[in-house]
Amino acid sequence: MAVALEDATVAFRIAGGRVYTAVEKARLTVPHGEFVAIVGPTDCGKSTLLNVVAGLLKPAGGSVRIFNAPLHGLNPRAGYLFQADALFPWKTALDNVAIGLEIAGVRRADALERARDFLGAVGLGAFTGRYPHMLSGGQRKRVGLAQVLIRDPRILLMDEPFGPLDAQTRQIMGDLLLRLWSADRKAVLFVTHDLEEAIALADRVVIMSAGPRSRIIGDWRVPLARPRDILEVRMERDFQALHREIWSVLKQEVTRGYAQSAQPGAAA
Amino acid sequence: MNRGWLLFLQLLVAIVAILLWHLLTTVPLFGRIVLPPFFFSNPIDVGSQVVAWFVSGVIWKHLLITLVESMLAFVIGSIGGVVIGFWFARQPRVAAVFDPYIKMANALPRVVLAPIFALWLGLGIWSKVALGVTLVFFIVFFNVYQGVREVSATVLDNGRMLGMSERQLTRHVYWPSALSWMFSSLHTSVGFAVVGAVVGEYLGSAAGLGYLIQQAEGIFDVAAVFAGMFVLSAFVILIDLGVTAIERRLLAWRPAGAGSH
Repeated sequence: MAVALEDATVAFRIAGGRVYTAVEKARLTVPHGEFVAIVGPTDCGKSTLLNVVAGLLKPAGGSVRIFNAPLHGLNPRAGYLFQADALFPWKTALDNVAIGLEIAGVRRADALERARDFLGAVGLGAFTGRYPHMLSGGQRKRVGLAQVLIRDPRILLMDEPFGPLDAQTRQIMGDLLLRLWSADRKAVLFVTHDLEEAIALADRVVIMSAGPRSRIIGDWRVPLARPRDILEVRMERDFQALHREIWSVLKQEVTRGYAQSAQPGAAA
Repeated sequence: MNRGWLLFLQLLVAIVAILLWHLLTTVPLFGRIVLPPFFFSNPIDVGSQVVAWFVSGVIWKHLLITLVESMLAFVIGSIGGVVIGFWFARQPRVAAVFDPYIKMANALPRVVLAPIFALWLGLGIWSKVALGVTLVFFIVFFNVYQGVREVSATVLDNGRMLGMSERQLTRHVYWPSALSWMFSSLHTSVGFAVVGAVVGEYLGSAAGLGYLIQQAEGIFDVAAVFAGMFVLSAFVILIDLGVTAIERRLLAWRPAGAGSH
């Protein structure tokens, strides 16, 4: 197993000394080379779960095992594509991608050459000298993807990576992601609130309940053949059947999530 | 508005102002001169004073002294501000201990320090440099402190996930962020370095633009006072242009328009 969460519980201390339990007893395993999408209503602790696997958050209970060894501190086998802009604004696209190798001790010239290849692979070969602010949102995500992939992590964590992009760009990015992923099939944990995106991309779709005390309440295998074309795959009957099935569960949670976040004091 | 037109309008403002000044100080209105030349001089006297300074060459010595003082104040104050600001930001406990004293020192009007510095460091350039340093230091200090503290949490997490050690985070994340904030305060801090130098000269010295103005004031030579002010303004504008050029190179990664000033 690349990732195994056993009854992982995540809690935060909030104002007034109270404790907010974001995720409760999450059980989740991701085998080698499997693409798992996590879907849930807003604020259900999807990102929290990713941060636990990344080692950025320590669970209050339960255990996290990475390649069958307990995780202490940051997860060195994981690459993390963040939801927010995480590129170094003072570095060019090329330097942003090369940095992961440079800090690992690769000679700068070699790192830059490899970075050039990776930028080429995400379709930004002509933008190496641009600073992040000179790139569009989609281009920045591509740089981010190259930045993460150049270190060849065995686990890829993605937190609504295409969330802020427009619909067309999301599809292009999804296709790009699948193409790059199929080359060496890393274990992927892909958080999204978009069920269609989840089914189109993943091998498995995991549903979380509305927070607080959010749990994993469903786990479906996606019966669609690979390689997939993200746009085409949505027309398939299996896709639509699965979508209907998962949505019937997700819908209740989404409704419950909205109701809860509408209550006063729920923002904590 | 295109550039040529803008420049024309900008020049027009100067011409109208100078013309008004000239008319009001030389041509009687209803039988009397509105601005007595004794207090307001007039553009021609001021202009010829400036020309005389440059022709005879006396001004160069004073300009050079003021320039040297300003640059020293800027460099020393900036280095101090960067080092201490960085240290405090990375060591919140140290910062908490010194916090009230930093605030106290910053609240002090620097002019009152000038006599002390003159006493300690003499009437040469170093007392002026010291005054400039006390001004520049705090601007740079607060900016760098802020810059280090306000590094985006996501960018930091990203650095960590990419495998950066604390030292590498300092070099690749904290440091560039702090420097960018320092550079964004470049105009202000260079300006204050000049203020420190000139005020110091004004309060006691034997050379520099501040000295020149103070001397002229001592003998009620209003034309020379105005001339000194004009030379000083031109001097500051030239330095500011230099700063802008440096800034363009160093902050190329910043979106245009953000953080200038």
